Amino acid sequence: MYAYVVKRLFLMIPTLFGAALLVFFLMRLLPGDPCEIRMAGTGQYADPEAIAICQKDLGLDKPRIVQFGGFIGGYFTGDLGVSMWTHQPIAYEIGLRFKLSLQLAIMTTMVAVALALPLGIISAVKQDTWIDYAVRTFSIAGIAIPSFWLGIMIILGLLIVTQAWLGEGWMPPINYVSPFKDPWGNFTQLIWPAVATGYRYSAVATRMTRSAMLEVLREDYIRTARAKGLVEKLIINRHALKNALLPVVTLIAIEFAFLIGGLVVTEQVFNLNGLGKLFVDAVGNQDFTLVQQLVMLVVLIFVATNLVVDVLYAWLDPRIRYA
Amino acid sequence: MAKLLEIENLRTQFFTADGVVRAVDDVTYDVNEGETVALVGESGCGKSVSALSILRLIPWPPGRIVGGSIRFLGKDLLQLSDPEIRRVRGHQIAMVFQEPMTSLNPVLTIGLQLTETMQYHLGMSNEQAEKRAVELLRMVGIADGERRLQQYPHHFSGGMRQRVMIALALSCEPKLIIADEPTTALDVTIQAQILQLMKDLSNRMGVALMIITHNLGVVARYADRVNVMYAGKIVEEGTAEQIYHSPKHPYTIGLLASVPRMDQHRGRRLVPIEGQPPDLTKLDNGCAYRPRCRWAFDRCAQAIPPLEHVGDGQMSACFRKHELGDDVKAAS
Repeated sequence: MYAYVVKRLFLMIPTLFGAALLVFFLMRLLPGDPCEIRMAGTGQYADPEAIAICQKDLGLDKPRIVQFGGFIGGYFTGDLGVSMWTHQPIAYEIGLRFKLSLQLAIMTTMVAVALALPLGIISAVKQDTWIDYAVRTFSIAGIAIPSFWLGIMIILGLLIVTQAWLGEGWMPPINYVSPFKDPWGNFTQLIWPAVATGYRYSAVATRMTRSAMLEVLREDYIRTARAKGLVEKLIINRHALKNALLPVVTLIAIEFAFLIGGLVVTEQVFNLNGLGKLFVDAVGNQDFTLVQQLVMLVVLIFVATNLVVDVLYAWLDPRIRYA
Repeated sequence: MAKLLEIENLRTQFFTADGVVRAVDDVTYDVNEGETVALVGESGCGKSVSALSILRLIPWPPGRIVGGSIRFLGKDLLQLSDPEIRRVRGHQIAMVFQEPMTSLNPVLTIGLQLTETMQYHLGMSNEQAEKRAVELLRMVGIADGERRLQQYPHHFSGGMRQRVMIALALSCEPKLIIADEPTTALDVTIQAQILQLMKDLSNRMGVALMIITHNLGVVARYADRVNVMYAGKIVEEGTAEQIYHSPKHPYTIGLLASVPRMDQHRGRRLVPIEGQPPDLTKLDNGCAYRPRCRWAFDRCAQAIPPLEHVGDGQMSACFRKHELGDDVKAAS
């Protein structure tokens, strides 16, 4: 098992290199660069000489292969480079927001799992009853409702409810506080975006849990468990659930990796300074170096999550053994 | 011998889109303490459903027991509450299923699957149950029990898994074990071992055995009494000796003619039963076997022949049961 994990860690290197190659050249296939965007904006006149000086400053005048070499070489010296737009070190720009995005992704995933597993299980156990229909309606609604709209509704709802019950309106804190400094303040701020997006992401997982459970409940070994006289709760929790979890784990892991960089709109609604917004801004500014590092971060998270999932597989299903 | 299980007029039906499937239709039979009873018939004749009905394991929807009674040690199992029937399942009546490859949970250890039943039914501690599990494994011929308990089903071959299933069935010292085609999925050489093991252990522990099978060889060798099922009904009932040597129903005669027998000359040709078993949603008011029967006559289409005595405890559901005696020799 350890040998397998080490092997997989080494196999990450070509994957990451391929991703680096793709993002580097795809960014440069777009017309324009940070200097043109900054000086010419949208369609204004800019002095070609000023642009050339700017490009020289940013090293954009060097051959692309040299630029690429600098990008890759940075990983060996531990230097992620400087943003072409803000001129701040990229490590600083990302570090500022990564904690928040990671925490939000974890909380969102927890909300999604806390909704999806119980709902999916009960929906399967009570198949074709009103409970099943209610759960399925609830989860379809989760896919249909945009999470930014749900976010706005949550904020408004909080204001209205606290106004009515407490006499004065309350809404989640606007400014980010670290969970280590003020855990409660941090929680009251982040739980709402986590619920708004977690609900959405629970929807697919709920349906996946339901269908996996339905399949498992038809298996012979479930009939054996019933013939042994076990109570239904034990049959579900011990005999069925572990078998049904494999596809659900995969789905949740992919969603988690996506959440790290993909919560652009939710961050806007809840005024959070996360990686999503940084990502969109960087692409808009054609901030080559920042986009490259952000993409590499997301790729790394995807690859690492996949490895964790594969290890989880072996833990869930003893038939899976890696060599 | 005291009656252990008495099934009376049992009717189990499946409500499907194509109509009502009368899988078990007015079936009556019993099992005495300590004896081995076989339930014989071809696939889809309702023999497995009748066995699952005993422990109320028919999944609803679509299946449901619609009538009759199943008395076990004087109690009607159909009247028990859910907690009460769970106390019977695995404890007083245990089952061994057809597919050893899929009947054990792939993600749980053999030890857990063996001990949880004993902990639940017998209130054993974990250590007691594990000790007994090792003992049970030894009884069914699996050595090195302590190590085996930590293993998962995929570490066992098909025959070994069926031994585990038998250990599981025996674990709470039931009064009756229902074995639903216990050897169908196994190699021929393993089949005999498993059956012999079940027979030996049930004799030793005084457990009654109900073997559901389509294999008449199994019947002849291991069963005391035999019930032959066709299209959801019992068509013939008797001792293994009677069924084998003087069958009184055309279906039984057909079954016997279609399998090789060691007690007859070797040049004999096997005679298959022509046609298909009937669609259980479209049964009429006549004998269900008549389209395939060489002895059928007008009366067979007008009424369902009742199961009646033909002497010496043997029963047959055929209007011409008394005429069949000599024809059998000619047919076989």
